[in-house]
Amino acid sequence: MMGEKRKIDARGSFCPGPLMELIAGMKAANVGDELEVLSTDKGSAADIPEWVKKVGHEILATTEENGVWHITVRKAK
Amino acid sequence: MGTERISIILVSEDREDLQMAGMIASVGAVSGNEVTVLVSMNALKYFLKGADDKAPAAGQMGEMLERKKAPSFKTLFEQAAELGDARIHPCSMAMDVLGVEWRDLETFMKEPLGLTKFLDDAKGGQVWSF
Repeated sequence: MMGEKRKIDARGSFCPGPLMELIAGMKAANVGDELEVLSTDKGSAADIPEWVKKVGHEILATTEENGVWHITVRKAK
Repeated sequence: MGTERISIILVSEDREDLQMAGMIASVGAVSGNEVTVLVSMNALKYFLKGADDKAPAAGQMGEMLERKKAPSFKTLFEQAAELGDARIHPCSMAMDVLGVEWRDLETFMKEPLGLTKFLDDAKGGQVWSF
């Protein structure tokens, strides 16, 4: 089953803003949905995958383009 | 996923301290830990209903946090409670001194807590103070 794809634009927000925005999005999402967080905060680019690993969701991709990180996460449970 | 008990004692009125405490509370809570915050002394006034979050900067970082788009410490504590089920309690002693009731505090604040219960709950876990 394909989940929905959503984008969370947290550019300009500092740690832990992007993580908190992702979590708020995760709460509202369904299992299987993909959420892509856009962040300009370098610390969050490292911290978000740590959180995803800890709570048991899935990182699909992490890329950086012109100072903007795109972190794509699938809600696993 | 390892769950830990994290207890935070918040007494400072300075932005840098409040911000760091809010970061630990929110990230700790949304990572599956049991977070309890006891708000006392000069920190309590910020948690009165409708109180602003204009805390003294304390230093250069505090000033920069204000200028840049860092989440406000009050938002962080609210997210800790709402997204991570953190329990944020006012200290009953500080409430008596300030002459305020539970209903005077922000709605995300849990019931007033005394030190005996807080210390008992904190046993065996991480304790942070700001």
